[in-house]
Amino acid sequence: MSKTPDLKRLEQIARTVRARIVENSHKTQTPHLGSCLSCVDILVAAYFHVLRLDPRQPRDPDRDRFILSKGHGAPALFQVLALRGFYPEAMLASYGEDGGVFAEHPPTPEHLPGIEAATGSLGHGLPMGLGMAFAARIEKRNYNVIALLSDGECNEGSNWEAAMLAAAHQVERLAVIIDFNKWQATGRSEEVMMLDPLVEKWRAFGWNAQEIDGHDLAALTAVLSKLPDGSGKPVAIIAHTVKGKGVSFMEDDNNWHYRIPNAEEVAAAKKELAA
Amino acid sequence: MRNAFADEITNLGSADARVVLLSGDIGNKLFDKFKAAAPARFFNCGVAEANMMGVAAGMALCGLRPVIYTITPFTTTRCFEQIRVDACYHHVPVVIVGTGSGLSYAELGPTHHSCEDLAILRTLPGMTVVAPGDALELRLALRAALKHDGPVYMRIGKKGEPPIHNAEPAFEFGRAITVREGSDVCLIATGVMVATALAAAELLAARGIAARVESFHTVKPLDQARLREIFSGYSLAAVIEEHGRIGGLGGAIAEWRATQDAPRAKLIAFGTDDVFMHEVGSQDYARRKFGLTSENIVDRVAAGLDAR
Repeated sequence: MSKTPDLKRLEQIARTVRARIVENSHKTQTPHLGSCLSCVDILVAAYFHVLRLDPRQPRDPDRDRFILSKGHGAPALFQVLALRGFYPEAMLASYGEDGGVFAEHPPTPEHLPGIEAATGSLGHGLPMGLGMAFAARIEKRNYNVIALLSDGECNEGSNWEAAMLAAAHQVERLAVIIDFNKWQATGRSEEVMMLDPLVEKWRAFGWNAQEIDGHDLAALTAVLSKLPDGSGKPVAIIAHTVKGKGVSFMEDDNNWHYRIPNAEEVAAAKKELAA
Repeated sequence: MRNAFADEITNLGSADARVVLLSGDIGNKLFDKFKAAAPARFFNCGVAEANMMGVAAGMALCGLRPVIYTITPFTTTRCFEQIRVDACYHHVPVVIVGTGSGLSYAELGPTHHSCEDLAILRTLPGMTVVAPGDALELRLALRAALKHDGPVYMRIGKKGEPPIHNAEPAFEFGRAITVREGSDVCLIATGVMVATALAAAELLAARGIAARVESFHTVKPLDQARLREIFSGYSLAAVIEEHGRIGGLGGAIAEWRATQDAPRAKLIAFGTDDVFMHEVGSQDYARRKFGLTSENIVDRVAAGLDAR
């Protein structure tokens, strides 16, 4: 991909993805809208500018790996992978149907091109991603591995086990992005468990950590394009995001973790997204 | 057994550059030869088994053949959900080795006992569950596991297990090995209990009872053809395992037997009781406590035959 991101194009894709996510939630009566909307810009920056992959060769051994560890963001990932060309967009018409492949969490790589790991149970994506990064080192390949976690997911101890092992081995081709939307299922993520100071935690665990605006496509593409970043450490990107981003009446309102929009709300959302 | 494992994994890892060994901070010096042969493919993953299981699955998703080794409860019950999701749901060829299984670490207390592993691991779709009977079976099982398309769980002993084979037997997952012929009763044993079953058969012979002994090294999938032959041909079969009587090989065979039209053989199960062992004791003490001795097997089998 080109080194200079086409930010207007990325922004348009992000709007399209957001509109489709909202529509799909209504159509299929599936939840996690807020969590999906908060990570759209991260997914778009990764899949449409950063990741070195070819949708026609989804199992290319040298491809970059992206793991949606926050598996409940699958409705966003499914739209992004379709737009990126891993499968026909028409396939999404069967979303949520009995016997289909699109559910509320990503299936295994065997069952859908573009998926690197089946997630949904939190705290699995980073350990598996670390294994993939070790495999790159063993097989002398140069791919990067990026795992996208939610802030609530940082409750899971397995992430911190992985963080310590990755740091011990200086796995510099591994990056974690925290979709830090400040909410988890039933409360403020700072209050349920003591997350603060999140960036300092990752630093203390031996990672090169930095904070960015998780909706700034220029910042996202810039930081994700610099892997490895020369620090000799695994990279943690604490992406400050807004749950429900892009739809004013959903933003920072945790009711949209489970709530499904009605037809009027879908129309209002699409109007805001100019899609 | 653990020395045989270290030796065999070194051989296999030297021959195949996809083999990776992950250990949970145990086996000090045990793997020095593997580390010398393949330094880039040995990972001490620390005391963090949940992560270790995910790391192994990630490696397997990239085409490697990871083998995980640590003390049984920590590589099974500790990280069961990672085994379920990362290894089994993805159906990747991760080999999980539980060392010091059953009552091997009796003196370390119930935190280190594993009398539940066979039961819980065999519930997982696509999982192969193996308990080799001696060092030779362990080597054969490890070779088979590294060729197998899917996750394999292998529980092994500690050290000093007596050999049960004079010559190398044909080995295949799901195919039990007959280690002694006999027509009066069939002793179906798995793992380190095969040696105990052989000792029991010797004692039974002195009483004029001819006991056949089977090494049921594969707990899942069950060798159903062998079971059909045993349960139609004998009037009594005993299952012997260093594992709880709930859900292990005895449980698996009882499930199978319940689906059979008219199984002839009565089933006696030898295994640990539904308790944690709160008193201190050696492995021999623990086996005596739970009736896992050749003498107790002989008494109950003889009584079972008399009661026919």
